[in-house]
Amino acid sequence: MEDMQTKNQQEQDEFEQNQVILTPGQLVAKRFFRNKLACVGLGIIIVMVLFCAIGPFFSPYGEYEIFYIDNETGKEVRMAEGGVGGSNMGVNVKAPMSSKHWLGTDADGRDVLTRIMYGGRISLTVGIVVVVIELITGVLMGGIAGYYGGAVDMVIMRLVEIFNSIPFIPLMLIIASVMFAAGVLPQYKIYYIMGVMGILYWAGVARLVRGQILSLRELEYMQAAEATGIRTSRKILKHLIPNVMPIIILIATMDMGGVILTESVLSYLGVGIAWPYASWGNMVDVVNQSVILKNYVNIWLPPGICILLTVLAWNFIGDGMRDAFDPRMKR
Amino acid sequence: MADKNQRQELKKIKKYNLKKYREYNKQMRKKRVPESEYLTKMKNPDNIIEFDNLQSYFYTDVGTVKSVDGVTFDIPRGKTIGVVGESGCGKSVTSLSVMRLLQGPQGQIAGGEIRFNQQSTGRALNLAKVSMKEMEKIRGNEISMIFQEPMTTLNPVFTIGDQLCECISLHNPEMSKKAVEERALETLKMVGIVRDGILKNYPHELSGGMRQRVVIAMALACDPQLVIADEPTTALDVTIQAQILDLLRDLKDKINASIMLITHDLGVVAEMADYVVVMYAGRIVEQGTADDIFHHPAHPYTIGLMKSRPMLNQKVDRLYSIPGNVPNPVNLPEYCYFKNRCDSCVEACSGPYPSLVSLSDTHKVSCHLHQGEAAHKKQTGGKQNA
Amino acid sequence: MPNEYVVEVNDLKKYFPIKSGILQRTTGHVRAVDGVSFRIQKGHTFGLVGESGCGKTTIGRSILRLTDPTSGEVKISGVDIGKLKKKELRPFRPKMQMIFQDPFSSLDPRMPVGEIIGEAVKEHNLVSRSEYKEYILKVMKDCGLRPYYIDRYPHEFSGGQRQRICIARALALNPDFIVCDEPVSALDVSIQAQIINLMKDLQEQRQLTYLFISHDLSVVEHISDVIGVMYLGSMVETGTKDDIFKEPLHPYTKALFSAVPVADPDIKMKRIILEGDIPSPSNPPKGCKFHTRCSQCMAKCKEEVPVPKDMGNGHIVSCHLYD
Repeated sequence: MEDMQTKNQQEQDEFEQNQVILTPGQLVAKRFFRNKLACVGLGIIIVMVLFCAIGPFFSPYGEYEIFYIDNETGKEVRMAEGGVGGSNMGVNVKAPMSSKHWLGTDADGRDVLTRIMYGGRISLTVGIVVVVIELITGVLMGGIAGYYGGAVDMVIMRLVEIFNSIPFIPLMLIIASVMFAAGVLPQYKIYYIMGVMGILYWAGVARLVRGQILSLRELEYMQAAEATGIRTSRKILKHLIPNVMPIIILIATMDMGGVILTESVLSYLGVGIAWPYASWGNMVDVVNQSVILKNYVNIWLPPGICILLTVLAWNFIGDGMRDAFDPRMKR
Repeated sequence: MADKNQRQELKKIKKYNLKKYREYNKQMRKKRVPESEYLTKMKNPDNIIEFDNLQSYFYTDVGTVKSVDGVTFDIPRGKTIGVVGESGCGKSVTSLSVMRLLQGPQGQIAGGEIRFNQQSTGRALNLAKVSMKEMEKIRGNEISMIFQEPMTTLNPVFTIGDQLCECISLHNPEMSKKAVEERALETLKMVGIVRDGILKNYPHELSGGMRQRVVIAMALACDPQLVIADEPTTALDVTIQAQILDLLRDLKDKINASIMLITHDLGVVAEMADYVVVMYAGRIVEQGTADDIFHHPAHPYTIGLMKSRPMLNQKVDRLYSIPGNVPNPVNLPEYCYFKNRCDSCVEACSGPYPSLVSLSDTHKVSCHLHQGEAAHKKQTGGKQNA
Repeated sequence: MPNEYVVEVNDLKKYFPIKSGILQRTTGHVRAVDGVSFRIQKGHTFGLVGESGCGKTTIGRSILRLTDPTSGEVKISGVDIGKLKKKELRPFRPKMQMIFQDPFSSLDPRMPVGEIIGEAVKEHNLVSRSEYKEYILKVMKDCGLRPYYIDRYPHEFSGGQRQRICIARALALNPDFIVCDEPVSALDVSIQAQIINLMKDLQEQRQLTYLFISHDLSVVEHISDVIGVMYLGSMVETGTKDDIFKEPLHPYTKALFSAVPVADPDIKMKRIILEGDIPSPSNPPKGCKFHTRCSQCMAKCKEEVPVPKDMGNGHIVSCHLYD
């Protein structure tokens, strides 16, 4: 009988040892990559980043290079070639799609495709920078509020409420005019915008993180950590942060799309990045002229599609992340 | 290499699952199921429910989980049957299969019959095949259920009266509002709640024991033929549990319904049940009358369960414990599922899964230890007949 | 010294404030623990029984200073735990450990088993770096865990194995005293027996002292030497196992014992069934807290709070019936 039992135990040991074990992180990754839409989203983002980051190196044109046209010969002339001052020279505006300009030129005679690449750089950077700023402030503030509670929590949460009740667009319009009055250079304007957006958005993150930490703090493994006498710093670093990580990653992906969208709205309103620099938002802005809206789809549709695809892709990733972190949410 | 094999395996599972899901959805979309598909005949007209080789499977990403795998037992009219087992043994899935409440398309009844003796029409229905519309009429009306957690069973935004009256009038549309209310009060009285204004109370205003009483009243409101009680006292305190058990035992004689009591607590079963079914890893390992099971347990698992429970006023130095854990529900082995934890293993245990053999008219067990015994009995019995 | 008391609790009180209104003013108190005293001898198990909401978990947590008690004194190995500052408390932590009820939420899902068990060992420098791994493996072996579990994550384990990991975590710190807060009530019957046996074995090997909190009387009877019965924040009866189970004195204890279902269809015991429900601890009844449900209630019970009386051999009961 003893033999039988040890044999059984051995069998079970062998069986268990041969099982493939996955860490929680690997499990999440596995579930994420099983989600087709999320993979599509990830693919789109990778393509977009490559397109915007590397694309300009392959483009022969500059971001705000204006193309001229010899009205007599109909030949296009680049600024660098010189002789653009002649009376027979005009700006090559709204050129149709051709082998030289794959997506034509815009109302100021600049190459649309090249501008989409540069514009994408701005839009994606804005997304990432704003999300990073909001996460750093939000997680820090939310973490402090949730972990220490009491008066600190009270103060931070009231602050969050104040930040949540600031009307965003009017504030941005005011900031834009202040910057104009202060004479901020157009290429630096976008950095200020990013900063302001990041600072305005942290409130939502802080509230979520605080809630998460409050519920984690009550869990028995946190109590166990307290009972075993583990240092506060280790408790925060080893137990709390890894367990709020899912929600942080989730906020990051979900917000990424939103921020890109907001940036386009701001650029569209003329608050964001300014002439002559490109962003997807201010490229779509040209639809204000009904002639362009009607006759020159090639100028405004491509950046519009880029915005749509990017935002959609971030949302797909966010959904995939949520399902991967918490399989119970999916039915 | 192993990784590749594994991936192929997973792909195969996925494909198989999709096929099953599609079949299920097709079945669900069917508006009308012809009567001939679900009309059957009871083996014994005195039974309310007959499970015949019921198989309820869950098609998960890692493989098919055979939660209930070939379960056969009867629920006689007016009797209480206790289904005992540890978590994950399939006892709850069995009850959900009766109610057709399995979460489709992952969970489905993959085979077998659940024959239901419908009194109101005098028909015998196969609940595994019945259309959802027909099922809605049966659910709550002829078969009702008491769940474990009273707080989640009651809707917190409606009063007790609203919920109880709705339950009654839904199944008795011809009753007047006043009659419905009277009936509601009557059932509440039956479960021992006599209090003014109880119908106007919200669930959160009642204590746990009271809530469970209300849940029981709801289950009994329509004079069901079968009440399924899924761990009705597990969430309650000992003194409240005693109250509820007392009430249930009392009601057992008052109403003419059968009770299917699902629990992990052998004590509760001993108090309530006439017949006991012991389940392990989706199969029945032993079944019989309460006397059979508690006084002459035959399966090592049943014996182990009884011995591992400390008893009041009985001193043992060391509890008997069943070693090991419940087996992984995916890819169960060919041999007896209990083999790895059994301390009376014999050679035959490495062979195929033992079949259910009768030890007496009521007592059946599925274990190799008793296989010979039963065969022996059959032989001598046969000789006598000759 | 055989009569050495590892744990001494004197008149422990823990009130939780009830706050209401916009200004969050305190409008009342939930008296979770209302003046409880007991002592536990070295190597013994004190079983604390009671229904949900009677304050048994709060006692366990107050003893370990996971919550600060409102008043009263807790001495562990002679040290008054309540008087220590948080910083001074930390070195004492390893000596008193806790095993939790829910094996699913008591393990950090993002840590491998080895680290869960060894985290605090490293923190308190209990073993040298070179012996560390061997030490962890030894603790795991003592708790019936296979050595290859060390790199696995909690989600791969069943409830029983998780509870073993929890026990290993507590044990790795080499404690004198362990608070076991319903350690088996979330487990299946067959697994319960394994865990109870394991705990008893470890107690013998290491001379551990347990405070065993449970609502399950049969389990408490099996494992305890001394038993305390609680009702609504107060101890109604304390005594050795034999005293309490053979001749319970308090009406509540009697009712509690008779309420336990017995796994034998022939024994249909005459039940004492308590009427009604447990009153709210924020507004407990005047006099004896049990009088609202007591079948032997007298006029005196509604007015006067009963005083604990020693009926001999350390069998203490708080009931007017024995005045």
